[in-house]
Amino acid sequence: MKIIACIKQVPDSEAKVKAENGQVSWGDAPLVINPFDEYAVEGALQQKEATNGTVTALCIGPESAKEALKHALAMGADEAVLVSDPALDGLDTLGAARVLAAAIQKIGGADMVVFGRQTLDNGAGLTPAQTARVLGWPMLGLAGQIKVDGGNVTVERVIEEGRQTVSAKLPAVLSVVQSIGEPRYPSFMGIRKASKATIPVWSLADLGVAAPAAVVTRAELMNPPSRETTVEIITGESPAEIADKLADKILAEKVL
Amino acid sequence: MKTFVYIDHFKGAVQPASWEALGLAKSFGSAVALVFGSGVDGIAQSAFEFGADEVLLVDDPALLDYRAEPFASTLSALAAASSPDLILFPTTARTRELAAMSAVDLGTGVLTDVIALEANGNQLVATRPIYEGKVLEKTVCSGKPVMATLRARAFPKPAAEAGRTGTLTKAEARAEALTNVEGYAVAENVVNLTDAGVIVSGGRGVSNNPSLGLDEMATAHKGFELVGELASVLGGAVGASRAAVDAGYIPYSNQVGQTGKVVSPDLYIAAGISGAIQHLVGMRNAKLIVAINKDADAPIFTQARYGVVGDLFAILPALTEAFKKKLGK
Ligand SMILES: Cc1cc2nc3c(=O)[nH]c(=O)nc-3n(C[C@H](O)[C@H](O)[C@H](O)COP(=O)(O)OP(=O)(O)OC[C@H]3O[C@@H](n4cnc5c(N)ncnc54)[C@H](O)[C@@H]3O)c2cc1C
Repeated sequence: MKIIACIKQVPDSEAKVKAENGQVSWGDAPLVINPFDEYAVEGALQQKEATNGTVTALCIGPESAKEALKHALAMGADEAVLVSDPALDGLDTLGAARVLAAAIQKIGGADMVVFGRQTLDNGAGLTPAQTARVLGWPMLGLAGQIKVDGGNVTVERVIEEGRQTVSAKLPAVLSVVQSIGEPRYPSFMGIRKASKATIPVWSLADLGVAAPAAVVTRAELMNPPSRETTVEIITGESPAEIADKLADKILAEKVL
Repeated sequence: MKTFVYIDHFKGAVQPASWEALGLAKSFGSAVALVFGSGVDGIAQSAFEFGADEVLLVDDPALLDYRAEPFASTLSALAAASSPDLILFPTTARTRELAAMSAVDLGTGVLTDVIALEANGNQLVATRPIYEGKVLEKTVCSGKPVMATLRARAFPKPAAEAGRTGTLTKAEARAEALTNVEGYAVAENVVNLTDAGVIVSGGRGVSNNPSLGLDEMATAHKGFELVGELASVLGGAVGASRAAVDAGYIPYSNQVGQTGKVVSPDLYIAAGISGAIQHLVGMRNAKLIVAINKDADAPIFTQARYGVVGDLFAILPALTEAFKKKLGK
């Protein structure tokens, strides 16, 4: 089975991200593969193993995003492709979906395209379903478990209310969640292979698509109001006394 | 301004944030509620009671189970036919997909997790958290209709007016589906963390009580029982850290944080949770945060308004008792 894992590069989740002069700044924090997309790569690799298939990691981003693709290669992906073009600055999710769909076609299609649930930066979580819609393929979102049987795929979707089992014909687009299993660590061999890999870079001209005009644009960037939090530690002679004082404090805040 | 409000429900149980969206729509002008499903006229009636001027009801056996494609196609067709200026949704797993797909059909954009929405002339400006809430952006959509999914509890819920009615319009479903729903394993206690006003969460600390003489899992179950009892006295929901979920103490649907749910209750009580950044991004917008932890240096105390340095196995039951007395339960 031919599988494509779509990934993005984002500032590490420990980064102190803030708005500075109208730009998002994350200081010297490293850029990493979007943590949700590590699950996508893991899910793709599980299917590769189950079906004796191949995994191609696909990313839109600047040249530096090759590092995120190398992480996917080190985990066990067979190939990687970067789509990079100055005209992609300010891309919105609809544009991303159109560019990804074009790249998926140029790769030669796939039986399954796997995404993470959302990205850590924009966090919209729209791109998987939009890519499915552009391709005209079924969307199986928030999969916690994937089973492929011939030309069909069945997933267990993790939704607010529990789990929903949904099936579709391949090719299909999936997004996966944490229940898929812990992303594997890159092996030593994997890291060596990844460091030697040459990653093709495709421009919009290579894909034969015009620069998508963004429908959604940012007007302003702000830091959230800082919370004055000095903790008041409640003490007492016994748990009962502490609990009594704490309950009074909470009731006085009128949050119940 | 004409606004569509998509009423999200699971097997007839409406996500309360749908009504918050209806309230917001009314503040801009006329509100048309969209109710999709099979056997859902009860929801249409509720929509009138929460303020809808009109309900577009698509009641069709093909829409019994939510599936992205037919729901999106139905929405796109309705939007194309009556050109609303704005379509509002509560933010849920379903609406993210549905809005995403419909936006492709309509060539417009979706603003997700919106916490404020203002009309600036004839432009709508949405405020939304990005980078896990470390930064906020104001964002606009040049397409039409503007689509926005609202974060639960960010907008006030309108009061229902019993018996209120309006115009009920029936519409056709676009039933072409690409997926089959094979079945459900619905959680026994559906946890609605995003809508909860009070959340009591347990972390890895719930399994740490050697004096019980039980194994790890049995201790953790006892610990979560204490968490649950406090939550129930406060009329709240039970949350958890990822460490507790990964250890199998409690299902993933209870997880708060970066890879779980982002919540904004009025009161969040964290017991036996250290306060890793991936947990904090999920709960730091709570109005009041209370932490119970054995370790006085645990980072959770930097976010908390009140703290107790102590054993959750002693403090939680005492707190439950104290609230029982004070709340007359
Ligand atoms: C990509 C990624 C995504 C993640 N997503 C999430 C997420 O969504 N949600 C999340 O929560 N985490 C997430 N994490 C994990 C996060 O980094 C922490 O590992 C996790 O939150 C720790 O959970 P904890 O606080 O329960 O456990 P610990 O850090 O082990 O803390 C346990 C705490 O309990 C206290 N304690 C022990 N016994 C008692 C007792 N008897 N009474 C009182 N206190 C006691 C200890 O002092 C300690 O502070 C993520 C990590 C990564 C890398």
